Amino acid sequence: MKFKDIFKIKEDRSLYPPLNSEGKIDVDLSSHKYVKLWHGPQHPGITGNMSLELTLLGDEIMDCETHVGYLHRGFEKLMERRKWIQCFPIVCRITVPEPDYNEYCFAAGVEELAGIEIPETAKWLRTLTLEMARLQSYLMWIGGQAGSLGMGIVGQWSNYCRDLVLDRFEELTGGRIYHMYIIPGGVRGLLPDGFEKRMEETLKTIEEFMVDIDKVMFNNAVFKKRTVGMGYIDPKWIYQFGITGPNARAAGIPDDIRKKYPYLKYPELDFEPIVGKDSDIYTRADVRRRDLLLSVDLIRQILAKMPKDGDFKAPTPNVLHWQIPAGETFIRSECTRGEFAYYIVSDGSEYPRRINVRGPSYTHAVALLEKMIINTNLADVAGLMTSLHTYPPEIER
Amino acid sequence: MNTPLDNIRTVFPNADVWTQRQGLYHMSIPKEQLVALVTHLKEVEGYLHLVQLTAVDWIEKNLFQLTYILNNPIKKIDVMVKTFIPRDNPTMETIHHLWEQAATYQRELREMFGINFPGSPRVDKPFILEGWDDIPPYRRDFDTKKYAEETYFPRPGRETNDPKEYMKKKLYPDEI
Repeated sequence: MKFKDIFKIKEDRSLYPPLNSEGKIDVDLSSHKYVKLWHGPQHPGITGNMSLELTLLGDEIMDCETHVGYLHRGFEKLMERRKWIQCFPIVCRITVPEPDYNEYCFAAGVEELAGIEIPETAKWLRTLTLEMARLQSYLMWIGGQAGSLGMGIVGQWSNYCRDLVLDRFEELTGGRIYHMYIIPGGVRGLLPDGFEKRMEETLKTIEEFMVDIDKVMFNNAVFKKRTVGMGYIDPKWIYQFGITGPNARAAGIPDDIRKKYPYLKYPELDFEPIVGKDSDIYTRADVRRRDLLLSVDLIRQILAKMPKDGDFKAPTPNVLHWQIPAGETFIRSECTRGEFAYYIVSDGSEYPRRINVRGPSYTHAVALLEKMIINTNLADVAGLMTSLHTYPPEIER
Repeated sequence: MNTPLDNIRTVFPNADVWTQRQGLYHMSIPKEQLVALVTHLKEVEGYLHLVQLTAVDWIEKNLFQLTYILNNPIKKIDVMVKTFIPRDNPTMETIHHLWEQAATYQRELREMFGINFPGSPRVDKPFILEGWDDIPPYRRDFDTKKYAEETYFPRPGRETNDPKEYMKKKLYPDEI
C-alpha cells in the first residue's frame, strides 16, 4: 500500500449525520445511534483533573465538551485577601509541574509596580531556574505522550531523568516540586558548592537517554503511523484560537517569547526558536524534543556565563507593611506550553486588588481541543490531548 | 510624544491612550464603543492576538473594570483596552465572533463576576463551579472566610495562627 493511500482522507461523508445550521449535529441519544462517553476525570489518558464529554458514532467523535473545575482552588481570590508577600508561596501552586513561571511573572510584576531593580546574579539564577523547569516539564510530557500511545517504557526513562533534575532543584531551592525560589526582589540563595559539576552529569545522562528515546519513540513505526498527519492545526487558527508556544511553532510560526520579547538574561544567550512545519502530533512532539535539547544547551550556556557570587536580592521594605504603588501591569514569559502571563492590579494598599493568570492551556484545552477532536477516533483522543500539552490547574486556577 | 497608537485618537476621539513602558499601552473607552475599538484594533491595526480578558471589581465606585489585553505580533506591542460598567446588572457585548477563545473567558466572567454577555456560546452553562447558588465568588463582597467557616470545619488539634501576628513574631520581633 502506498503512503498516500494510508493517510487518505475519506471524502465521502454520506455515512455521517448531516450538520445543522450551527455546524453541529443534532444528537438524539434515544435513537441508539450515538453513545455518550466521559473521558476522564479518572482516566489514564487524560492530562490531570479534567474530563471530556464525548459523543460517539461508532468509534468516531461527533461532539466534545471540555469540563473543568475538579481542581478549582480559587487562587486569584485567595491572593486578594493576602499581603503581597503572602502571595509569593501561593503562586507556585497554580501550575503543578512548572511552578517557576508563576513565581517569575508574579515577582517581575511586583518589581515593576514597586520600581525595584534586581541584581545581575539574581537575573542569571532566575534564567537558570526557568530553563531547569522547562527541562523537567518536557521530560514529564515525553512520558505522557509516549504512554498515551502505548509506550510505557519511555515514561519510565524520562521520569528517571526528571527526578535527576528535581534533585538539582532540591539542592538549589530546598524543594523538589514547589520551589518558592524566585521572590519579589531577587532569589532566595546562590548556587551550592559543586552544583555545576552535578548539573553537567545530569545533563549528560539526559542526553544519553534522549538518544534512546529518539530511537524507541520518534523512529518507531507505530508512533509515526499514529501521529503523522494526525491532529492538524491550521496556521490560520493560530490567532483565531490564541494558540501559543510549541503548538504554534510546530505550525511554522516562529513565536518564542524568549526571543521575541526578551526578558531576564535571554538576550545574552545564543539560540534560535525551534520551528516545525507540518503541524501534526509528530511535528509537535519533535518540536518539543528539540526544545528540550535546546534547554540542555541553554543551561550549559547559563552556567558558563553567570557570576557565581554577588548580591542575589535587592533590599525590600518591611513585608508586613509593604504597600505597592497603585497601577496595573502585564508580564509574560515562555513556558513549555506557550505564553504564560500575569495581569496584576494594585490599588496602593497592602493587598493585591486583582491578579489574573493567563495559562496557555486555557485556550488550548477548551476552544481548540473541542474543534480538533471532531471526527477523530476514540483511540487517538489521549494522544491528541497530550500533544497539546495541557494542564487543567491553570485553566481553573 | 508620538506613539504607535496616535491614529487611534483620530478614529476614536473618546479613547484615552497612555503609555506605561515601551511596548505596553493603556486605552480606556466608554462601554458602547469598546467592541468597535477592539474590532478596529484587530482588523485594521493588526492586533491579532487576544491574550487575556478579565475583570476587576471596584466595589467602592460601584463599577466593574473589563480589561482586554491585545497583542500585535508584528509590531510587538501590547495594549490594555479598558472599560467600566456598572456593578448592578452588569452586561457587556460579546466578542466571541472575533476570537474563538473569548467565549471561554466570557463564560468564566459570567460565573465568577456575574457579568452577562448575551449571545456568547454556552455563557449560562456552569464552567468551573457546578451547583453554585451563592453570589458570584470573585466579587469583592463575597466573604471567603465566612464561606469557609460555614462550609468546612477545622481538623481537631489543628493549631492556627493569625498570619500577621505570626510573621511579626518571626520576622520582626523587635517591632512594637
